[in-house]
Amino acid sequence: MPVQVVTGNHAAGYALSVAGEANRTGRGVACGIYPITPQTEIVEFVASFPFSKGRVVPAESEHSAMAVSMGAAMCGARAFTASSANGLAYMAENIMVAGYYRLPIVMVAVNRTLGPPWNIWADQGDTLMLRDFAWLQFYCEDNQEVLDTTLLAFRLAEDRRILLPALTCMDAFIVSHTQTETELPEQDEVDRFLPDLELPHRMRYDEARTLGGLAWPHEGLSMRLEIEEAMRRVPEVYQECREHFKEVFGRDPGDMIQTFATDDAEQVLIASGSIATTAREVVRQRRASGEKIGLIKLKLFRPFPEAAIRDACQSATRVAVLDRNYAAGAGGIFWQDTRATFQGHRDDLLIQNYLTGLCGGDVTPTVIHEILADLSSRSAAANPVWMGIETSKESLQ
Amino acid sequence: MNTAAVIHRSEECLLRPGNTNCGGCGMSIGLTMLGRALEQAGDSCALVIPACCGIVTAGAFPTTSYGVPTIATTFASSPAVASGVATIRDLNGESGHVICWAGDGGTYDIGLATLSAAAERNENIIYICYDNEIYGNTGGQRSSATPAGAHTTTTPRGKIEGKKDIMSIMAAHRIPYAASLSVAHPDDFVRKMTTAFSIEGMRFLLLHSPCPAGWKSEPEDSVELVRLAVASGLFPLYEVFDGASYRISIEPDGTDPAEYFRRQGRFETEEIDLQTTRRHCAERMHRLQVLATQYPANRNRV
Repeated sequence: MPVQVVTGNHAAGYALSVAGEANRTGRGVACGIYPITPQTEIVEFVASFPFSKGRVVPAESEHSAMAVSMGAAMCGARAFTASSANGLAYMAENIMVAGYYRLPIVMVAVNRTLGPPWNIWADQGDTLMLRDFAWLQFYCEDNQEVLDTTLLAFRLAEDRRILLPALTCMDAFIVSHTQTETELPEQDEVDRFLPDLELPHRMRYDEARTLGGLAWPHEGLSMRLEIEEAMRRVPEVYQECREHFKEVFGRDPGDMIQTFATDDAEQVLIASGSIATTAREVVRQRRASGEKIGLIKLKLFRPFPEAAIRDACQSATRVAVLDRNYAAGAGGIFWQDTRATFQGHRDDLLIQNYLTGLCGGDVTPTVIHEILADLSSRSAAANPVWMGIETSKESLQ
Repeated sequence: MNTAAVIHRSEECLLRPGNTNCGGCGMSIGLTMLGRALEQAGDSCALVIPACCGIVTAGAFPTTSYGVPTIATTFASSPAVASGVATIRDLNGESGHVICWAGDGGTYDIGLATLSAAAERNENIIYICYDNEIYGNTGGQRSSATPAGAHTTTTPRGKIEGKKDIMSIMAAHRIPYAASLSVAHPDDFVRKMTTAFSIEGMRFLLLHSPCPAGWKSEPEDSVELVRLAVASGLFPLYEVFDGASYRISIEPDGTDPAEYFRRQGRFETEEIDLQTTRRHCAERMHRLQVLATQYPANRNRV
């Protein structure tokens, strides 16, 4: 398997393209694309890929890019796209319906700050804005994980037990534009990993059915419940896909949540994306000096891996949730779900939120040390702590 | 009555009996005519319908009033979804027209950028706008297809602005085929659909579609109203090939437009400036006649 030095965007574009090409023996591949910084290189890669049975449609907007991909997916083709920030906001209506149509579309999102103020740097607020839609969400910390997770996402999304679209996310520039050594699989390996898509409810010219039309409340309700049941099957099906991935590519794409030194940890950091890389290094250092500190990296965000998080925090007394995102009036989004995860299970656990790296700020080892210092000094949790800025008493308490 | 026979017959229709559309609905007549054209051609199709009366027509899951596969899209998305659908049809060597069936709100307003982009890419789809000059599905608000003078719930004192010339906009994209249709002229309708079926690439058809609920007109007047619109030059029937050559389908016969306005409750007759309306109709027809003379359509086409 050739190792190349490529960017996160290149890894994502490669994964989308070879996954699409793998369906050439099926109904082919098509996607709508639209550029936006910092994901543009992904759709450029896709546009230049020589598909054997496929077409890339340069649309006039993100909204239409997703619409083209949906039209293709409804006809049983493999479909995908990529976007960022305000592009995702503009696309949002069609992102939502792709989930409710149960179309296994895979989208790579490069997490960028929503404007205004205009800002092209990393912040997860864009994809987390989509968190209540019927999509799986993965957050990746490096280029290899972006590539592996994107490939795995197709297999998971297309599994008949799931049939939901999936979002693979990476931090703007920190991952999207940073070149690292990445193993790029050969097409024949991808062909073995991704069987031809057989979408059971695809449109057929000889079947008079309406896809996405009106349904009365009791029908709508059962369709929602089916989505919930599919979401609950994700952990099990993910592990199957992961095992199959290891067999084909000889590499572990990683678990849904990835723990580091949590077994006897008293203080646990919860982080995602590239912040997890930095936090892991700090935890490694502090462990070396004997401190019982651990890290949970959340790769899977939807469905929220509650049971796995509770398992990993059995010895913990304090948890710091690091959020590179901010829900106005409510705090960090990973934190909100983490609190809900422990409610009624571990009401003794101190869970403190740290908003860090918002609007593309750097999250350095120093910041992580500051967070640990704050966490260990606390007798109780309080409002989210805004890192890297002087806050008034009002905003702190 | 033999129920089985009725059900069997309904399977063969594009628009099946038992749908809940209003009496005098031009869209329903248009769907029937589209079905007839498909039947004559022996062609199959898939409908791609955005938010509009046309998707309500389908009825509730799991039944459908359409005898063909139908995709319900978001309001602004039908040409983009159809682009994906047609792409996969073509990649797999399948047959079946991919037909967008959209109202004027989805065409002239919220979906115009999407439609323009599909036209610019010359997507291999047929786009039919049933233009009832109002947001009918939401209860009668103005659209940019609403003519000047019409009272709607959002123009309670009458619309000031005139109707957008969507045919010229689409022709300006130099798409292979653009044509206007009227439910008052079924033979012309079917002939143009047959022409559209025989051409590849983006085909746009504009159907003047009466809406008794929105036009405040009698259902039995529907066909007569749009006949008056054609006869008076208010709604010219013509074809544009490649945005370059023109053919007028039915010449106005000098009918005065006054009757058209008088028979619709959406207009206050005293508010309509008939003199200006007559002049506008005459000028537009003259422009079309000049174009059809200077740049006549290739007669080899159906």
